[in-house]
Order: sequence, then structure tokens, then C-alpha cells
Amino acid sequence: MPASEAKKGNEQMTTTQEPQQRSVPKPVFTDAEAGAREFPDSNARRFNYFTPKKRKQSHYEDVTVEVQPDPRHYLAQGWLYGFADGKGGYPLDWTALKAWGSDRPEPRRGPGSGGQGYEWPAHGWHEFRDPNEEWELTLYRYNSNVVRQLNQNIDAARQAKAFEQWNPNWVQFVAQHLGAWMHVDHGLGLYLFANANRRAPTNMHNNAISVNSMHRIRAAQDLALYNFTLSEEIEGFDGAAHLQTWKSDPAWQGVRETAEQLTGIWDWCEAVFAANVVFEPLVGELFRSHLVQQAAPANGDFVTPTLVGAEEFDFAERDLRYTKPMFELLVNDKEFGTHNTELMQSWLQNWVPRCIAAARTLQPLWSQPDAKPRRFEDGLDRAKSRFSVILSDLGLQTPKELNQ
Amino acid sequence: MSRQSVAKAHQKIQELSWEPAYHEPVSHYGTDYTFQKAKKRDPLKQVLRSYFPMQEEKDHRVYGASDGAIRGNMFRQVQERWLEWQKLFLSIIPLPEISAARAMPLLFRTVPNPELHNGQAIQMIDEVRHSTIQQNLKRLYMNNYIDPAGFNSSLRNFQNDYCGTIGRQFAEGFITGDAITAASIYLTIVAETAFTNTLFVAMPAEAAANGDYLLPTVFHSVQSDESRHISNGYATLLMALSDEGNHQLLERDLRYAWWNNHRVVDAAIGTFIEYGTKDRRKERESYAEMWRRWIYDDYYRSYLVPLEKYGLTIPHDLIEESWNQIWNKGYVHEVAQFFATGWLANYWRIDPMTDEDFEWFEYKYPGWYDKYGKWWENYSRLSVPNGHNPIALEDVDYVYPHRCWTCMVPCLVREDMVTEKVDGQWRTYCHEACRWTDAEAFRPTYQGRQTPNMGQLIGSREWETLYHGWNWADIVSDMGFVRDDGKTLVAQPHLDLNPKKMWTLDHLRRCPPLQSPNVLLNEMTDAERAAFQADYNRQGPAGRPAPATGS
Repeated sequence: MPASEAKKGNEQMTTTQEPQQRSVPKPVFTDAEAGAREFPDSNARRFNYFTPKKRKQSHYEDVTVEVQPDPRHYLAQGWLYGFADGKGGYPLDWTALKAWGSDRPEPRRGPGSGGQGYEWPAHGWHEFRDPNEEWELTLYRYNSNVVRQLNQNIDAARQAKAFEQWNPNWVQFVAQHLGAWMHVDHGLGLYLFANANRRAPTNMHNNAISVNSMHRIRAAQDLALYNFTLSEEIEGFDGAAHLQTWKSDPAWQGVRETAEQLTGIWDWCEAVFAANVVFEPLVGELFRSHLVQQAAPANGDFVTPTLVGAEEFDFAERDLRYTKPMFELLVNDKEFGTHNTELMQSWLQNWVPRCIAAARTLQPLWSQPDAKPRRFEDGLDRAKSRFSVILSDLGLQTPKELNQ
Repeated sequence: MSRQSVAKAHQKIQELSWEPAYHEPVSHYGTDYTFQKAKKRDPLKQVLRSYFPMQEEKDHRVYGASDGAIRGNMFRQVQERWLEWQKLFLSIIPLPEISAARAMPLLFRTVPNPELHNGQAIQMIDEVRHSTIQQNLKRLYMNNYIDPAGFNSSLRNFQNDYCGTIGRQFAEGFITGDAITAASIYLTIVAETAFTNTLFVAMPAEAAANGDYLLPTVFHSVQSDESRHISNGYATLLMALSDEGNHQLLERDLRYAWWNNHRVVDAAIGTFIEYGTKDRRKERESYAEMWRRWIYDDYYRSYLVPLEKYGLTIPHDLIEESWNQIWNKGYVHEVAQFFATGWLANYWRIDPMTDEDFEWFEYKYPGWYDKYGKWWENYSRLSVPNGHNPIALEDVDYVYPHRCWTCMVPCLVREDMVTEKVDGQWRTYCHEACRWTDAEAFRPTYQGRQTPNMGQLIGSREWETLYHGWNWADIVSDMGFVRDDGKTLVAQPHLDLNPKKMWTLDHLRRCPPLQSPNVLLNEMTDAERAAFQADYNRQGPAGRPAPATGS
């Protein structure tokens, strides 16, 4: 360092004011870490209020199980706030399905009663575990990956001028019909799935349902924002065409009526069952996998399948994946298996014809692209076949209404 | 995504909603409020395309800090006094969070504005985030802190214990009863807008001062979502205000929600901050000072008062009374003293106060020592078992209090206690505002107006009733607050982990049985009850018996 600079530095040092003494907490060595001492419970480092599904508790179970209480298990003082009818918490009769033990009365409390409920798991509803093991870390990681990948796909397509290769009829198809599907996603995401997250008797159910809800709302927004991008990228692309199509195109009115009817279901189990076991395989997958995915490449479009494929993965690999064990437990319930099976069969009798009718009203869409997808009936057969396998996995009978 | 493109994207997603043409969505929840369909903008302006990556980035920071804390041996510097209280706090808070998620659908059919529903759905999944990230923090504490007892049995404890029951109101109040009362006024307008400031900002600062920087990491991340939720509540409130017919209900609900939040949150968080800390720097803010800043100035004066011009009747009297309770009537000190009195029914350890603590309390709350000092000296003296009973059962000039039927915190400011026969049962209330809540507000008619959707207070609201006549060893066993040797209690009135100094079931076995104050109250004649109340109102401060008549 040159002498002049050193001198300058020294001068600065000599003129620097001492800072006012700051008031800060002082670090203290406490040795409060695990293993520092031996004493009763010093090695009891697992949550001990539930029995894990497998040998060892999973991270998912640790952050999920028992957060939502149940007066038949612990909850010594019972629910504290009720609706106007006096019911509090999460009444089991918000669905007509039953799990073993759920007909047992809630323990009655009074002077000297103590606080004991029934042994874990108190009743069969608590046996459900989401096979996706969704909690906050997983749901944000998954959905972030999806939106990042979709953004990249769309950006790459934009830079490659890929939209210029689309057949004109396909442009119109995407504007009208792919656009119309966003309304289904939005309506079911909010008014069926988000609504149902208040209804189920365990945290495992409600968290899985709320994640399902976000898949649908995200998929709706994915389509809406894709539509927005296409409005900017393709001359003549009518970004508002989907509104009119959804509102008045006869080909969509069957789907719209069914979607609205799904949001009107009172029983939360029936709502999830009708949406994920019946509507999605027969209408959702039919539209996505057997129409859009089949038709897009031949019409010069390699971008749309990535969006629609993301939603397809949401359903097939995540939402259906939790739905099946949720209902399998109820079908095989040791106390109410027959009751539940009969009820689900009756739901199938109601919802299969509605969904088949909705699917058939979509048939005119198959003839609209220049490059045609496989025939509607072929697609519907494949959708029915897939649906039958789902029912078989659940131990349910394929209803005769499927042949309509 | 740029801000401008977020705005455009948000505008675009407004096209998603539609008016039903064939079937209406199911209507599960009722309200006595009325709403006109109105264009009220979604204040969150959140699009999932940017929301998910934003939350993921926040997660990266939280989990990175968690790893750092473990690798950096944070627990060598954590104050046990502080972390013990987290056994209570973290047993409570995941339920209110998940209940807030469950509360959002209450607003879908009752607030006829699809644009707001988008924000409510995002709040729903935010709350799933909060609940599970907090459970995860508790799991980390259980795995890495010296004493896992109480963390390892957390949710069972919470669901059985009287402190958990007090905290549970903060969850159940969100999800039942009139949909707007619960999910809008109680949850977003009061709990989130006012009291998350002390919960998620003031308390984490105290954690950091006690060597725990994970609580601030997690809770500041949570709080960054809360600010968006506050906007949700505000938008719904403005819609409600636009209908004159709602003003009476808004006045009722603000009074109930304000007072209940004050009773519950100030009791818990005030105790954690004042009695759970080892940081006794005179410069650090007391809970009263924090309350004045965060709640009185930031919430009351900056948020509530400006709403008066829209016709909102603000419970000025209750806000001033809350301050009066905290500053003049020692509410937080009375609660902390009660928690420590009842340590044997808890699931965490409570450290005795020292001379350094006394000095700080006297500095921050002049006159504190005269009221509470002697009792805390007795607490220290009786903390290690030595042939005596737990302090609750020894003569230390403390009268075991009655519970408030409404907020379930005991009636600790003795002069304020009131009684009334409601639904055929004599009940005690900690304050007139709690009596009003039970006897007048939570009823199917309010001031002559039909309120058929208003909820009810239900449940076995006095914990002691369940164990009336029980031996204390059996009570603690029934609740499950026993360590893995089958006899040592989870709770202790000190922090010494030497097994020879820890209380066991054997120590409790010799104690007299628990008597339920409410059961006894209902066995009294009218004259006895009047005398009881007169005596009770003359008790205190610090739970002292009433002075002899004429003295």
C-alpha cells in the first residue's frame, strides 16, 4: 500500500467515531441439543399419537395425521363451536358412505367422565393415506415444475414461430374448444373440489382434495393464459371465442350441464366420486387424450399437447391415484363394505348416463380439424374401457348404462 | 413474469368464471348477511403461473435455513425456557391454519363475487402450506432439541388439554356458524389482520433473541402470505358494508371477534413473549409495547378507524378495555401465573422466574413485584419435589379460578367475573363481553332480529368437569402426559432434566382430588352463589384470596 494511502487510512481510523453501543441479545451456550443428556423420553423422537400405515412413519404422515381432530379419538372436550343446528367440526353424515366404527356414538362427557375416546384410529376414515403424500413441499415443487415447463414450451414455440404452422381450422378449434375446457377445470376446481375440502372427516382426505382443487384451477389458468398468448401470437386468433362456445355452442351444452350438476352435489364423497371416477375418465380423458392429443400433431401443433398432457398427468397420475385408495377402503370396509358398494353403484347409475350423454354431445368436435383424429366411437370405446378398468380396480360393477 | 404481464394475466383469468345456466352450485353454509352482486376486484391479483414458483422459492429459503440450523448446531444456543413454550404453541397453530383453508368454501356461495373466489382458493392452499410447514418445524424440534417430550405427543396433548382447548377456538371460530361471521369477520378481518402481527412477527423476533432462528424463518414466510389474506377480508367487508342491513351484524361480529381474539391470543402469545424469554434487555419491547404498536396503532388506528366513514361501527370501548386489561389489570401476568399454577396438567416445562426476570418485569410493568413477585418465589421454592405438593395444591395465597364459559381462559381478573344462568346452567364468565357473547350474540335472535344462521357454543367447555373427583395421577395418565418410563411427567415446573428432580405420578398420587369449580357452582344455593361471587370479585390481584371483611 503506498505510504500516502496508508496515512490516509490511519487518519480515517483516528477520526472514526465509536459507534453507539447497540443493544442486541447475547448468544448463550445452552447445550440444548438432542442427545446431550439421558432422561425419560430423551430418545422418544417420533410422533406417538397415531399408528403409521407402514412400519415407519412417513414424513407426509408426520405433517398431516391428526391435525384435524376427531371427537371419537382424542378431543376430550369435544367440538367447541357449532353451526346453527348444533353440529360442530366435520360431521360424518356429510356423506352417506360409512367407514367402520363411524356409527359408534361420540363419547359423552360429563362430571367425572374423563377424556378417553376410542383407540386409534377410532374409525376407518383415519386409515386413508394419500399415495401422492402431498403436503406443502411436494405440492409447490410439483406445480412449479409444471408451470415452468409449460412456460418454456410456449416460449420455445413462440421463438420457433411454431404457431404459424397450424392449420387455420385448428386455430379456430383451439380458440373455441380447447378454450371451452378451461371453464370445466375452473368450475370443478373451485366449486366441487375446493368446496369439498371443508367436508371430509380427516386431514388426509381434505388435504388431498385441496391439492386436487389446485390442479384443476392451475390447469384452467394454464389454458386461459395459453389462450392469451395465442391472441398475441396468431393473427386472427379470437381470444374471446371460448366464452361464446361455452355459453351457447350445442356441442358443449351437455358438458356444461353435467359440470354444473357436479358442483351441485351435496354429498362430498359423491362429488369426488362422480368427478374423478366417472366424469374425468368418460369426458375429461375422452376430450383431452382421444381428441386434442390425437388431432393436434397432425394439424401442425406440438405445443398444445404439452399443456393438455400436463393436465392429463395431474388426473391420471395424481388425482385418480389418491381417489382410488380413498374409495377402495370404503368398498372393502369391514363393517360397511356392502352398504358403500351399493351406494357407489347407485351413483354410477346416475352419473354414467349423464357423462355418456355429455360425451356424445361433444361428437361434432371430432369432424372439425382438417387432419382428423381417430373416430369418436373409437375414442369413446377406449375411454369406456379405461373406465371399466378403474371400476374393476375398485371392485365395482360396470353399470349397464355404460352401453348407451 | 413482469408486474404488467401479471396484471394482464390476471385480467385474462377473469374469463374463467361463468353464470350457471342449468344447475346452481351446492349451498352448504348459511349467513344472515345479505350481499348484492357487485364488481369487486380480486385484491390478490395472483396467478398460479407465478404463485407456485414464488412459493417454491420461499420454501427453498425455509428448508435451506432448516438444514443450516441443524448443521450449525443451533440447538446448542437455544434457550430451553423458550422452546418449552413452543410445545404448546406448535401443538395449537397447525389446526387454526388448516381450519382457515377449510373456511374458504364458506364464502363461495355466500359472497356472490366470482372474482373474489380466486383469491379465496389461493388462500386455501396457502393455509395448507402453513399447517404442514409448521408441523414440519415441530418435527424438526422434536428430532433435534434436547427434550422431545411434549413435541412427540403434540396433537394428542393439544386435543386433550385445557390450554389446547383455549387455542382451538382460534380454529373452530373460522369454520362454523354464520359463514360471514366465521370465515370473514372472525378469521380475516380480526384474527389475520390484527393478531397475526403478534403471532407471526412479534413472537418470532423473541424466538431469535432466544437462539432460535428457525421459528422466524418459518413464520415470516407464513406472514408474507397473510398480507394477501388480509386483502381478501377487506374486499368482503366492503361488500358487506354496502348493505345497510348488515351493519347491525357487523357490529355484533366485530365485538365478538375482537374480544375473543384478545382473550385467546393475548393470553397465549403474551405469556410466550413475556415469560418464555431469557432476553431481559431493558431496551427490548414488552408485550404491552408490542401490542400498542402492532395492534392498537397499526390495526385499530390505521385499519379499523378509517372504516368508520363507510358506516362500520367499531368497538372502541372493547379495544380500550383490552388495553386496560393488558396494561392496568395485568391480564398477561395473570394468565402466565395460571399456566404455571396448572403446570401439572400441561405438556411442557415452565422455568421459574429469577431475580433478573423480576427486575425486567418491574422495569416494564411498575408494581409487578408487589403483585406477582412473591408467588413466583414460591413457584421456585416448590419446583423440585421435596415432600410437598405441586404449587396449585399448596397454600401460596392463590385461589384456583373458575373458567370463563365463553373464551375458556379462567376468570383471572377477579373483579370482572360475572355469572349467569344460561341454557339451564350457571356459568362463569371472565368479563361482561364474554357473557354477552354466549348469552346474546350466539343466539338465533339478536336484538329482536332473527339470526337463524348464527352458530352455537357447544362442547364440554369446562375442562375440570371431566375430571371432577379424580386423583391427579389418574388425570395426567388419562391425558397421556407421561414419559416413556411410565411414571415421569412430561410437564415439570423447572428445566432440570435430572430424573431425580423430576415429578412423577407417585408425587401426584398423594394429592387431593380435583374439584370442578363449575360443578360446585351449580350445587350452590342462590345465597351461597351470591356470596361466592361477591367474594370472588374481591379476590386478586395475582389470585390472592379476598381480604377479610372489614380489613
